Amino acid sequence: MEKTVNQKAWFLVLPVLVIVAFSAIIPLMTVVNYAVNDTFGNNEFFWAGLEWFEEIVTSSRLHDALGRQILFTAIILSIQIPLGIFIALNMPKKGFWSSLCLVLMALPLLIPFNVVGTIWQIFGRVDIGLLGHTLAAIGVDYNYTNDPLDAWITVIVMDVWHWTSLVALLAYAGLQSIPQAYYQAARIDQASRWAVFRYIELPKMKGVLLIAILLRFMDSFMIYTEPFVVTGGGPGNSTTFLSIDLVKMAIGQFDLGPAAAFSIMYFLVILLVSWVFYTVMTNMDREEEPR
Amino acid sequence: MARITLKNLAHSYYPNPTKDSDFALKEMDHVWDDGGAYALLGSSGCGKTTLLNIISGLLRPSQGRVLFGDQDVTEAETAARNIAQVFQFPVVYDTMTVRDNLAFPLKNRGMDAAYIASRVQAIAKMIGMEDRLDRKAKGLTADAKQKISLGRGMVREDVNAILFDEPLTVIDPHMKWELRTQLKQLHREFGHTMIYVTHDQTEALTFADKVVVMYDGRVVQMGTPEELFERPAHTFVGYFIGSPGMNLFEAKVDGNRAHLQGASVPLGAAYGPISGRTQIGIRPEYVVLTKDEGLPVTIRRVEDVGRHRLVRAEAAGQALNIVVPEGMPVSADLTHVSFVADKINVYADDWRVEGRAA
Repeated sequence: MEKTVNQKAWFLVLPVLVIVAFSAIIPLMTVVNYAVNDTFGNNEFFWAGLEWFEEIVTSSRLHDALGRQILFTAIILSIQIPLGIFIALNMPKKGFWSSLCLVLMALPLLIPFNVVGTIWQIFGRVDIGLLGHTLAAIGVDYNYTNDPLDAWITVIVMDVWHWTSLVALLAYAGLQSIPQAYYQAARIDQASRWAVFRYIELPKMKGVLLIAILLRFMDSFMIYTEPFVVTGGGPGNSTTFLSIDLVKMAIGQFDLGPAAAFSIMYFLVILLVSWVFYTVMTNMDREEEPR
Repeated sequence: MARITLKNLAHSYYPNPTKDSDFALKEMDHVWDDGGAYALLGSSGCGKTTLLNIISGLLRPSQGRVLFGDQDVTEAETAARNIAQVFQFPVVYDTMTVRDNLAFPLKNRGMDAAYIASRVQAIAKMIGMEDRLDRKAKGLTADAKQKISLGRGMVREDVNAILFDEPLTVIDPHMKWELRTQLKQLHREFGHTMIYVTHDQTEALTFADKVVVMYDGRVVQMGTPEELFERPAHTFVGYFIGSPGMNLFEAKVDGNRAHLQGASVPLGAAYGPISGRTQIGIRPEYVVLTKDEGLPVTIRRVEDVGRHRLVRAEAAGQALNIVVPEGMPVSADLTHVSFVADKINVYADDWRVEGRAA
């Protein structure tokens, strides 16, 4: 069949183009613009090239923030993933108690982030907080406002409290999809509890666990609100993670150039890691397909 | 290996069963001989799998005892019963190689490595997967996976019984024949007690020495394929075994004659007074088309199914199936049917009544 050529069709994609440009491309280009220019206000820009990027890459302040960020993400992943799996394995499989567990587990996920921060901020205070005051009363020297270690523990426990149920719910969904016959076969094969976990449950949960790890990685790597509310990045800079540092730089100090360069690299790092995850996951799916 | 005895066994999935219909498995008493090949046959939902799971210990019966030999195993764990079971859908350990899958039940029982290797090799040969032993089980086709499941069920030599829960459902038809033959051969060779659950009568009749027909939570008959065919103990057996099943007619039985709607047929035996709903059953194979002898019949349709022809007809006010052997013409002047007298079974309230020699 002969196709009619009509270049006017391009106009039909124009609305989408405008919306995307307005909502994504132009704001992103603004950031790029700030990243390669220097400005002193009045919309006057002076070309700076890659100067800001060099400054960011070599800045020890950012190295420290990145180090703290990686440490934080590593710690919460290594707590939340095993703990989530453990909880999922021990949840009731059906009936009233399983529904109750699911609802209770979902609750922390529904609380707005800054409310979570506020809850823990108050909970941990030594003067009026239930946790802080109790610890002080039994003689534990705990104060998240001036001890970096206590601040870290508070932020980590808060994140575990907030997000472990996401991992548990995903793992639970994975476990529920395993047919009973697998467990029955394992009993007949006299498999140990560990073997059942290692050879049946873990392989069947692998897909959802990868999603859980990816989500928890991205979220924790971008964490801002909760530690900001609880510690404000302190004491000192001890809980200043990448996002907190970025906001300090851009809004506190108004260093728009370095902050823009920082944003772009931050974005690229997350994109890169997510891409790696995506590739690993799709490769694993391919292996599963029959030859 | 052991004789399996079921004593007053019954099972309900409800915690406090009261009515008869609460029971998925109604009270039964059976002894299954050591080394027998049994098929549990019945339609879906009749309690076959429940019974199988009770024998394997995956389910605790609500009442009654299960004995292996002289040992009461009712409360024993599955592992302690030393049985093997193959499920309807393939259960393989995806992350293991085929070899590790086959070796798994032996390894868990702490067998010696050389023995495991030789057993795995023998089983792999039997299921035809020697060339794929080092492959991951993941990604194999459904029938390859099911062959691994079968292999895992048979890898232990000392099992008390091997239970099969419709294991060939996912297998291609040509492969079914082959595997079934292999199972049969294996049974002859090692003499394990084998219990094979199926709803496919061909599968049951070819596999088993004794077929156990279940209906509505009851074992309605346990017998050789021939017994099931010639003397179905329950109308369900008559209907379920055979293709098509037995013809059943409401009748009044008086001595050695049965009176149907507007006709009377001679029986092979004499019967005393029968109470309850009385029926006579005759296999389509034993119904003979005649010119003027027996019941008047109207032929509706003739189907040629290859080996024989199937005549769908109407007699005594209801449908009647007739199997006509190859080579015998079905002509318009065949207006009557007669029943082979000693092949007629008499049923009272669905259960077969034994007659006295006439």
